[in-house]
This record gives sequence, structure tokens and C-alpha cells, in this order.
Amino acid sequence: MSRVNVQEVPVWLTSVVIPLLQLALALMVSSLVVLIVGENPIEAFRVMVQGALNLEFGGLHNTLYYATNFIFTGLAVAVAFHAGMFNIGGEGQAYLGGLGVTIIALSLDHLLPMWLMAPLVIIAAALFGALWGVIPGILQAKRGAHIVVTTIMFNFIAAALMSYLLVSIIAPLSGEATDSRYFASSAVFPKWHELFEGAAFSLLNPTLLIALICAVMVWVLIWRTRLGYAIRVMGQNPSAAEYAGINAKKIIIITMAISGALAGMMAVNEVYGAHSRLILNYTNGFGFIGIAVALMGRNHPIGVVLAALLFGALYQGGTELQFEMPGLNPELILVIQGLVIFFTGALERLVRNPIEALYTSTRANLQAGG
Amino acid sequence: MKKSIMALAGLVTGLSIMTAQAALKPSVIYDMGGKFDKSFNQASYNGAEQYLKDTGTKYADFEIKNEAQREQVMLRMAQRGHSPIVVAGFQQAPIVERVAKKFPDTKFVLIDAVVDLPNVRSVVFKEQEGSFLVGALAALKSKTDTVSFIGGMDIPLIRKFACGYEQGAKYVNNDVKVLQNMTGTTPAAWNDPAKGSELARAQFDQGADVVYGAAGGTGVGINQAAVDSGKLAIGVDSNQNYMHPGTMLTSMVKRVDVAVYKAFEDVANDNFTSGLQVLGLKEEGVDWALDEFNQPLLDETVVAQINNLKQEIIDGNISVHNWEDTQSCTY
Repeated sequence: MSRVNVQEVPVWLTSVVIPLLQLALALMVSSLVVLIVGENPIEAFRVMVQGALNLEFGGLHNTLYYATNFIFTGLAVAVAFHAGMFNIGGEGQAYLGGLGVTIIALSLDHLLPMWLMAPLVIIAAALFGALWGVIPGILQAKRGAHIVVTTIMFNFIAAALMSYLLVSIIAPLSGEATDSRYFASSAVFPKWHELFEGAAFSLLNPTLLIALICAVMVWVLIWRTRLGYAIRVMGQNPSAAEYAGINAKKIIIITMAISGALAGMMAVNEVYGAHSRLILNYTNGFGFIGIAVALMGRNHPIGVVLAALLFGALYQGGTELQFEMPGLNPELILVIQGLVIFFTGALERLVRNPIEALYTSTRANLQAGG
Repeated sequence: MKKSIMALAGLVTGLSIMTAQAALKPSVIYDMGGKFDKSFNQASYNGAEQYLKDTGTKYADFEIKNEAQREQVMLRMAQRGHSPIVVAGFQQAPIVERVAKKFPDTKFVLIDAVVDLPNVRSVVFKEQEGSFLVGALAALKSKTDTVSFIGGMDIPLIRKFACGYEQGAKYVNNDVKVLQNMTGTTPAAWNDPAKGSELARAQFDQGADVVYGAAGGTGVGINQAAVDSGKLAIGVDSNQNYMHPGTMLTSMVKRVDVAVYKAFEDVANDNFTSGLQVLGLKEEGVDWALDEFNQPLLDETVVAQINNLKQEIIDGNISVHNWEDTQSCTY
């Protein structure tokens, strides 16, 4: 290499070493918290790791099930981010996706078998999610209403709408007080333990494969298509994009539709696959976790999948921790999860800057010496 | 160890309890909201703790934090040989139905909803009856002929509280105005004291001078707003009279703790019964709270009037409409 570029830091450093260091830092601070409560942090992490990875009680399967949700919501945030938009509305878009799934499933589940039902459900989830993403998109493009504000507001509108629909319309259709009825078992995805005799109970279902396919499609979209190019130019410099003849308004609307559709597809995993019914507030903050997943995964599909796995493991390991160590209450588990987000997202530069500086200076020294 | 248990249980009954304890591994699964919500879940926790104190029987418990945990946790409790498994909260009903079928020898106790299986006891409360009484009391104490209600989330269970309250208020004074608000549309509504306080103030501005909050942890803010504005508040689920003596008019208590205690005890004594238990005023499952903290607010005639109404409901002379029967508050 002839010239020393300060910006040039290899991928293995930015995408592997630095995230691992951030994670280690988060775990160290968490250990202190566990110590303060009076439990053994090493034992606690052993329980968490084992809880997230064991096969005996379906730990690994549940980790993958949680990860499926986070892949969808993480990709949703990542796609919007490439266009320079911060979509905080994954929660509401996923919730609306659940409505799409439920409408199709409740009306057709006794008529169609699973393999005809699944494509319809996937399309419905994506469409409803896209609808909920595209409205803020249009408001941003045509009226300049900031996407951060509108998407977060749309989460509340979604919650209110869904509460009303569930309690007043869907639940009375032979459901429970605030849930829909179960969809016919012939029409829903089988779960892992139903496919394989002897496997422990878990909520893992074939939606994981759809999530991985989506990750590949997002990669193709962003880096291998004209639209993806336009999205990236928009994100890096809106004026340059405009100057180059890219229709910014169109790109904003399309990107938000794609982002919303991805978030909406979380409903395929939850409503269609795992629970086979619509439950009040089933999204439970998974839409917001998508933001952390995208941040940690640096908006790259591979990074998103890996970060989703980590968060899946934190969720599943946290459940197991609550079982094994009753002294650690669930709020403390939330603290550990929060610290991971804190160090990988909010305090990202804390680790990145010194490491990158160290790398470039060492390199410069080596080259000067050689 | 043996000695301490004996001392706790008493020498006479000690031995029999010891043998029963060998088989007893009770557990409680709380709903979202957490076991220290000062309200519904905490009442279950109190029941289990009381049993621990009385008999020395340890129990396992778990606080549900997301939907995915429900089935997983209930299965794990059953696999570990816990029985009874007390499950608090109506949202757990569909899961109880699935898990109880897989473990026919495990006893389940479901609170606030009904599942019809031979190994499940379903305990539901007539919240409308208790709410009727506190509604009547609110209308009697109101100087402005305006009383108000604040619910947590707008779900059938809470409409049941609101409807009973309205009926009670209208029963003693047909001209009374009953203002109603819900805190929110997400589960955060169960734990939003600031919003509760705001809503209560808005209702006070509209003339209300007694507020009844059925909103879990949000109630803390509602009760505080009553203190700040010099109005009266009514607590819910647990007896909250002690929180602000002087402005806490009463509390509509729901004896979830007794239901949990009874469940543990029945399994220990081997006389567990499945089926539906509907606990109203008559069964002492719900009641209005009268203690040293709210005594000064109530003169004898009012107390007598409310106890009179209570007796009328118990005797069946007044029937309180249940919102869930018709999905509407028409009575």
C-alpha cells in the first residue's frame, strides 16, 4: 500500500474485534451490578449462556425464535437508515402486520391448508406493515413532517387502533378477553418440536428461514440494485442525490414502505408461527430492540443477523436466569440488556475511536520503521 | 431445619404438615406488571408469602415479561414437578388450557379467567359488586354530585369495574354524574402514575370530588392527586387506605391473596377441587375496606348504609349487572 489512509481500518477490526470488546465491557459492568445485588456474576453468566444454548429445554431454539423477530425489525431500521431516515415505528408497523395476518387467518384458516395460507399471510403482514410505514413516509416527503416524530406517534396510534379492534371486534369472534381465537392448526406453520419427534418445546418455526431470506434480499437491494444505490446516495447526501436526478420524495416513500414491510413481517413469526393467534400488545418492545440490533449490526444484513442472535440469546438466557436465580429479578435482567445496548449503541465511539487510533498509529509506525 | 419447621407449624400439627410438605411444591406465575405492583400481582405474592410464613413451605415464582415466556415458563414449572401452579391474570388462560392438558396430574389454579379442565381450578371475582359499593359510597360523599373513574387499559375486565361503580353511584343518587377515563392503550397504562395524576386533576376540574382508580400502579398517582387537590380517592385490589389517611375514602379489595393461599392449602391437605369459583361479596372475595385509616371520613349512617347495600346484594335483592354478560353497561 503506497499511501497511509487514516480512514482505512480493516473490516475484521470494525466488525469483529470492536463489537466483541464492546460486549465484554457491557458484561463487565453488568457483573458489577450482579455483585452489588449479592449474586455470583460468573455463575449468572454461566446460567445465561447455558439457558440460551441448551438443547434439553429448547434454549437454543428459543434463542433462534427471538432472533427471528429481531432480524426483521433490525433489517427494517437498517434499510431506512441507509436512506438517512430513522424509523422508530417498527413497533407499530409490526403490530399492524399482526392485523394483516389475523384478518387473513381468521377468515380463511378453515378453508386453506398451510402451504396456501403461508404465502397469503406473509403478503398480508408485509402489506399492512408497509402501509403503516408509508404514511409517515408520505408525510415526510410531501409535507416535511419529521420521520422520527411521525413514526413514534404512529406507534401509539397503532396501539390504540389495535386495542380497539381486539377488544371490540376480534376478541368477540370466539376469542379470549383481549386475544383472537387460535387459528386452525392445519393452516399454521408447524413449530420445530412438532416437526421433530422428541425435540423440546420451543416457539421456533420456519419463519426463521424467511427472515434469513429477507436478510439476503436486503443485501441485494442495498448493494446490487439501482434502487439500493439511490437509497444510499440519498442517505449520504440528499442534495447530491437530488442533483444527480434522484427523485428524493419517491425514494423516501419507497424506502419507508420496504422498511415497514420488513417490520410487519415480524408478525409472521409471532402471530402466525409462534402463538397462532393475535394477542394484545404482542410486539412487546421487539420493534424497539430492532433499533439496537441495527446499530450494533452497523446496518449491514450480516451484522443485523449476528446482533439479532445476541439479543435473542440475551432474552432467552434472561428467562432462564430468572428461573435459576430468583434473587435476580427481571428488572435486573433488563439492566444487563440495557447495558449491552448502551455500550454497543450509545457509547459506541468510546471503544471505536481509541482502537482505530491505536491501529492507525501502529501501522504508521510500522511503515515508517520498515 | 426440622426443628424450625416444627416450631413454625406448631408441635401438634407439625408432623402431618411435614409429610404433606414432602409432596408440596407450590408455585406462582405472575402476569406482566410484576409482583410488586401494589395491586393485583402483589396480592398473589402476599398470599404465597403468607403461606410461607405460616407453614414454612417454599414456593417458586416467575414474573412474565413477554408473551413468548408464558408457555415456556408454565411448561418448565410443570416439568419440575410443581403443583399447584397458581397462574394470575386473564391473559394466561389460553396457555393454561394447553399446558394443563399435557400435565393431567398437575394442579393448576387460574385467577381472573376460566378454563374448564379436570385439573384446573378457575377463580373469578365479582368486581362489579365491590365496585358497586364503592360507587355508592362515592356518590354519598360527593358534594358536587360528580364522581369519576380512571381505568388502566380499556379492556373488558376494567369496563366491568367501571360499570359496577356507575351502577352503585346511580343507585343512591340518580342525578350523579360519573366521569370515566382510561389511562392508555398500551400495558404502560398499568404503571403510569404521572398520567393517572393528570387525569384525576382533569376530572377534578370538571367538578368531580371522588375518584376511583382501577389502574394498577397508575393508582399511586391518582391517589396522590387527590391529596394535592383535597379530594377523595378510592383504592383498588389491595387495601390502599393506609397510603393517604384523610383522603383515601376506601378501597375495593379483591382477595386474590386468599385465593392463592387456599390453593396452596387445599393441595397440601389433599382436598383440591377443580372447577369454577366465583367469589363475590357473599364469598368475601371482594369487599370495601373499612379500617382505622378511613374511619374518620365516614360517619355511622354512611357505614350503615353501605353495609346495608352489601347485605342487599348478598341476599340477592340487588343484582349488579356484569359488563361481560352483555358486553355493555346497560342495566
